[in-house]
Amino acid sequence: MSKLSMKDRYGLLTRDLDWSPTYVDPKDVYPYTTFEGIKIHDWDAWEDPFRLTVDSYFKYQAEKDRRLYAVLDSYAQSQGHLGLSDARYLNAMKLFLQGVTPLEYQAHRHFAFLSRYLDGPGPRFAALCQSQDELRHTQTETHTLSLYNKFYGGFHSFSKMHDRVWYLSVPKSFFDDAVSAGPFEFLTSISFSFEYLLTNLLFVPFMSGASFNGDLPTMTFGFSAQSDESRHMTLGLESVKFILEQDEGNVPIVQDWIDKWFWRSYRVTGLVAAMMDYMLPKPVMSWKEAFKLYFEDQMLDGLFPDLAYYGIRPPRHVADAIAEKDVLSHQVYWTLYSFSFAAGFTTTIPEKENLDWLSAQYPDTFERYFRGNWEKAQRIRDAGGRFFFQGLPQLCQTCQIPMLFTEPGDPTRIAFRRSEYKGESFDFCSDGCKWIFDREPEKYVQAWLPVHQIFQGNCGGPSVPEVLAWYGLQEGDAGEYEGSLDQVSWADWHAKGGE
Amino acid sequence: MAIKTPPKSPPKSPPKSKARPVGVHVQDNEQNRAVIEAIEQDNPDVTVTHMPGLVELQTVGQLVVRRATVESKLGRPWETHEFQMAIVSYIGHIADWDEDEIVIRWDH
Repeated sequence: MSKLSMKDRYGLLTRDLDWSPTYVDPKDVYPYTTFEGIKIHDWDAWEDPFRLTVDSYFKYQAEKDRRLYAVLDSYAQSQGHLGLSDARYLNAMKLFLQGVTPLEYQAHRHFAFLSRYLDGPGPRFAALCQSQDELRHTQTETHTLSLYNKFYGGFHSFSKMHDRVWYLSVPKSFFDDAVSAGPFEFLTSISFSFEYLLTNLLFVPFMSGASFNGDLPTMTFGFSAQSDESRHMTLGLESVKFILEQDEGNVPIVQDWIDKWFWRSYRVTGLVAAMMDYMLPKPVMSWKEAFKLYFEDQMLDGLFPDLAYYGIRPPRHVADAIAEKDVLSHQVYWTLYSFSFAAGFTTTIPEKENLDWLSAQYPDTFERYFRGNWEKAQRIRDAGGRFFFQGLPQLCQTCQIPMLFTEPGDPTRIAFRRSEYKGESFDFCSDGCKWIFDREPEKYVQAWLPVHQIFQGNCGGPSVPEVLAWYGLQEGDAGEYEGSLDQVSWADWHAKGGE
Repeated sequence: MAIKTPPKSPPKSPPKSKARPVGVHVQDNEQNRAVIEAIEQDNPDVTVTHMPGLVELQTVGQLVVRRATVESKLGRPWETHEFQMAIVSYIGHIADWDEDEIVIRWDH
């Protein structure tokens, strides 16, 4: 018997196992794919370039897991954590575990839903694989970072923190927004705008950062997850092209979603910008450089000319994001520094060589607008204090980030935007977030804003210690890194080993 | 002490043009060496950049991974599905992926 080609195998083992319902109305079988206004005329036009079948999918996934778990075992056995660049590096991983891992689980659930409710067998099977992938990512990330939970603060209770802690409402509300949309908007939001448009920007520097700071297990799970991510990118790009090719009437709907979800996704990446520039003791690449390379060069110059064929233009408000690349990470990390008494990680003043590195990477802005803050923080520390912001910040109604962003082109003036809806006022950090609210105010008035919730008495009590206890924070999780439990243990382990 | 970001290997030749980049990121490991060499051979204009843990191969227009070339470097049979073990990310659109080759380019 001759061997079937990949195309034939895929056809026989995936596509041809589908059937058309005869005694049930197809509308009852697939009830969710019409209400968004997207018109699909031929589900079979969907192409999956990976041409995966169940047997090849599991064969390679099993191999990926085997390789990862071998690395985790040897890292644990060899006390690999002692070889990190510095214990403060792990603050980036705490943020990752609290902020991203729960999103993987949400993605697992929602792709399982799509694998049942999309009409065509091609996209259903791609969604099924992705659902399995996302569950694997949840498990491998949790398993990998549990190595550090044995020795360091901030890694416990990440799922509870995700639901409760203020900065984590940024990624949580982002994903809640996506899973509460229809199936085509979800594909445009998560698969296309987040996983295709921004993947390289997020994960390539992140993985290299882990590698460069001695975090072998994170690098390994990152690469293991990323190998799935290339399939997810493909699903994102294929789904958007498929929708656009099916009906001309779909184009303006998709354009609106790209405009919305580019800005929603971009705002979430602000946390990554802070991580790349400030939380890696040995930085790999500045946010500014990564944004230019992975977003402006690859997406705006590479992808968007392709989409212009369908009548799609670059996302609305993209110019604001480009203009912000010189200031974004500095503003976000200063806010994290100012409020880390209430966080599941610690922050500290960057070392002098890191400040010099930032000056070199951001010649137009860092010395002029931001370095002075750190010098002031240093003077406070030298006098025996520690600067923390007293009080709670105003949050943006859409992205839920504190109102820390400045007017485009003027890093000295905080941007405030406001809309009225049914007699109430709502505040925004940017034109992008205000535009998103104004399209769907009835959705965003329901936002669970952490600061409002504290004032309404829904977060454990009126005092800071009560709120922190409700967040699930324990001693050593929050505050200043210097003198923290992590820092003291790190110094202790290295003194004993080295002298 | 000044912070040094990781050294990036100099491009073999300057990128031809900024327009329409395509490319692929693969893990920097022993198993992928043959794959990287095969890509370099089949795509003479490719720019190879080493970063911690990974290698970026970028060119303009089209990038192809050929099974026959990988097998000749590797000295054993290699199926294109195996590329899933190597790939970290890509730039462009996967235009074709069959048993003989993987082609990345933009559509339009």
